[in-house]
Amino acid sequence: MADTGHPVLELTGITKTFPGVVANRDVSFSLEQGEIHCLLGENGAGKSTLMNVVFGLYQPDSGTMRVNGREMAFSSSADAIAERIGMVHQHFQLVPTLSVLENVVLGAETVRHGVLDMDEPRAALERLSADYGLPIDPDALVGDLSVGIRQRVELLKALYRDADILILDEPTAVLTPGEVDEFLSTTRELVRSGKSVIFITHKLREVLAVADRITVLRGGEVVGSTVPGETDEAELASMMVGREVSFTVDRGESHPGEKVLSVRDLRVLDNRGVAMVEGCSFEVRAGEIFGIAGVEGNGQRELVEALAGMRPVDSGDLRLGGRSLVGLGPRQIAELAVGHIPEDRSRHGLIAPFAVSDNLVLNQYHRSPFSRRLVRNRIAVESHAAELVDKFDIRTPGISVPVGQLSGGNQQKVVVAREMSRPLKLLLVAQPTRGLDVGSIEFIHSQLVRMRDRGTAILLVSAELDEVLGLADTVGVLYRGRVVATMAAEEADRGRIGLLMASGVEAA
Amino acid sequence: MTPEDRPPLVTTYQRLAPVTVPILAILTALVVAGGAVVAAGSNPLEAYWALIDGAFGSWDRLATTVGRATPFIGTALAMAFAYKAGLFNIGAEGQILAGALAAAWVGTWSWLQGWPGPVLIVVVLASGTFGGFVWGLIPGVLKARTGAHEVITTIMMNFIMALAAAWLVNSLNPVILRDTEVSVARTRPLPAGARLPELVSGTKLHLGLFLMLALVGLTAWVLEKTTFGFEVRAVGTNPEAARYAGMSVNRTIIAAMAISGAMAGLAGAGQVSGAEGHLSPGIFVNVGFDAIAIALLARANAYGIVPAALLWGALLSGAPLMQQRAGMSTDLVRIIEAAILVFIAGDVIIRYLFRIRTPEGTDGP
Repeated sequence: MADTGHPVLELTGITKTFPGVVANRDVSFSLEQGEIHCLLGENGAGKSTLMNVVFGLYQPDSGTMRVNGREMAFSSSADAIAERIGMVHQHFQLVPTLSVLENVVLGAETVRHGVLDMDEPRAALERLSADYGLPIDPDALVGDLSVGIRQRVELLKALYRDADILILDEPTAVLTPGEVDEFLSTTRELVRSGKSVIFITHKLREVLAVADRITVLRGGEVVGSTVPGETDEAELASMMVGREVSFTVDRGESHPGEKVLSVRDLRVLDNRGVAMVEGCSFEVRAGEIFGIAGVEGNGQRELVEALAGMRPVDSGDLRLGGRSLVGLGPRQIAELAVGHIPEDRSRHGLIAPFAVSDNLVLNQYHRSPFSRRLVRNRIAVESHAAELVDKFDIRTPGISVPVGQLSGGNQQKVVVAREMSRPLKLLLVAQPTRGLDVGSIEFIHSQLVRMRDRGTAILLVSAELDEVLGLADTVGVLYRGRVVATMAAEEADRGRIGLLMASGVEAA
Repeated sequence: MTPEDRPPLVTTYQRLAPVTVPILAILTALVVAGGAVVAAGSNPLEAYWALIDGAFGSWDRLATTVGRATPFIGTALAMAFAYKAGLFNIGAEGQILAGALAAAWVGTWSWLQGWPGPVLIVVVLASGTFGGFVWGLIPGVLKARTGAHEVITTIMMNFIMALAAAWLVNSLNPVILRDTEVSVARTRPLPAGARLPELVSGTKLHLGLFLMLALVGLTAWVLEKTTFGFEVRAVGTNPEAARYAGMSVNRTIIAAMAISGAMAGLAGAGQVSGAEGHLSPGIFVNVGFDAIAIALLARANAYGIVPAALLWGALLSGAPLMQQRAGMSTDLVRIIEAAILVFIAGDVIIRYLFRIRTPEGTDGP
């Protein structure tokens, strides 16, 4: 690393406004050759806006940008790419029906005599793949790849375009814990070979693990810069949020009651007909949070969907207080006092163009008082909404605003408020805080505990092991569609659970 | 600039986009089609003036315009209703014919003939509604049960109905519905009691207009105020979330297609009972396809369909005078219609030309 130390990117006094919001105010930021500079901030802090300015997708209202010492004004991402800046977006920009190689060359094709040449790019891709330790099958269809591998394709795409400055926008948001570790070591590998990386995230553990320097944004402004050795999670969190944040979920003893949900030898198929849940058995009692830990793709989604009536049970039994749920649809199950906070709020939980108030009654719109003799009662819907907006602290300009215009955290609060606003025997919760900021996570966790203390049985499925360990009273590990171990929260430590997640068996 | 800083006129301009975009699309289309008029060696202002004069220049012309718009209202409404459920019902062409055929057939049943007029009219209209209902129900069931795409099935249903109607009405051996007392191919006339009254004598404007306007109000009310309408919009916007929320997506799809078909069928029955008094197989050619254009121009808004249908009626009823005075072929009207559609479908062009921002966080109709 002979070349370290000099700044490859310098932003000075960047201000960018959108109608009604200042996304960046007088932001200065620099990236040095061969470093990983973490840009930390809550959702809406202006991280992505700043990076879109760097990548030429937005033009700043004021401020200057220097790349390798020369002042630049990009008018499009093509300008940024020409200056060897690459960006891996949070939402992948890949064509699922094309192969890895085709995706990598897309937009930078090699043409010989007017005909597409794929041999040279293939060799180049294989070389990059070997140089950076990013194994890939160039002919695999992107649509068939896991999320972690798709991200690798995105990274190779940027490297193929000779990027020296890599912007990684929330690269770990969609990865499993194992994939995260792998990704972080890949990132270190990249800087070792001379690249410079801007790493955007709101996950503190990753920041401390990987960063050379840390800059924290809040409300569009830089609130501070530091290095990992001089700070800790608590300090970073309070910089991000602007107040003290408690990491441990504040909860008392649980007082489990009778058995509410019992799952016996369950088998559920995915859309391709493959059994994703098989031989799965466990029980959840009233007043306890049963947390399911497991690497994603081990049947979590199919399990929850079967419980919610959205996916047929192939064999086995599901019982709610002695009553079988097999063969019931989503509405019938909901009417047995079962709530469901789905994994994907934008796909299942909400109808984005519909008003906040309509989304708050999405599964009760047809019942009194929200509807009388098949005609909707707008007054009841609106007063219900006003009450929940207040009670669950949903930040919205109004209850008739389309829910899609709210921030992710507030969208999730709408789902949580809807599901928790009626008395429940059982609450199914999948990935309740994915992609949310610290403040929203705290709030949703405390609501789950409150629900538990009122005697609801809660089944929590989360890819965040910390979340499971922090909330659950009983932890079950799901491995290849089966609960391979169940233990009280006190007996669950990261090491033991991690091993069970990875191999399905306890240490010898 | 924040929205508060922006001059109020600009804000109003942006807020009115749902109305201004279609209007500007129409005006832009007229300019473009005007180019075609010039190329053909005529004066566009003269041609357009003749078109307007032909459509609105006298009470009778106005009545003709409104009369031509009447069936468009029902069929475009059918299209828009299905669209709200996320379905692209291309089948109004067949469904209006199914309704017209059922009305023309039932209306000539001999044992009905002694009944009082209002009862007869209700029976005829109900038959037509039922005919369209069945013709919409079939693709709805196919979609829900087998996943067969409604665009394909409704196109096929259109062919089946067009050919079936032609056979039923034309056939002389055996005589099925054909009126053998006239030389042209058409069904036996409805009895006077089964006819919806004319509003302006000598024109084809009939009481069915008010029926169609009532249907507009009813449709808007169902979509906005009822639980069923909520289900239709939810299924149309995000079927996965609708299913999660406990709605039956398949049942909603079937119901929406059947109701859509019923609306088109009612429009057909209204024309048979009001304007025509019988059915000749060719009279509804293109009505179902024009309905798609009208529904798009109205952005699938029930109330917006009324002015859009009137525009279509005006273009059709004004064209002959334009041909006579300006020497332009009536096909110019089709060019104008097509240009309007291009600018509506590609509203990005209009938004760019007239500096109208795309609304954030909202999807189309």
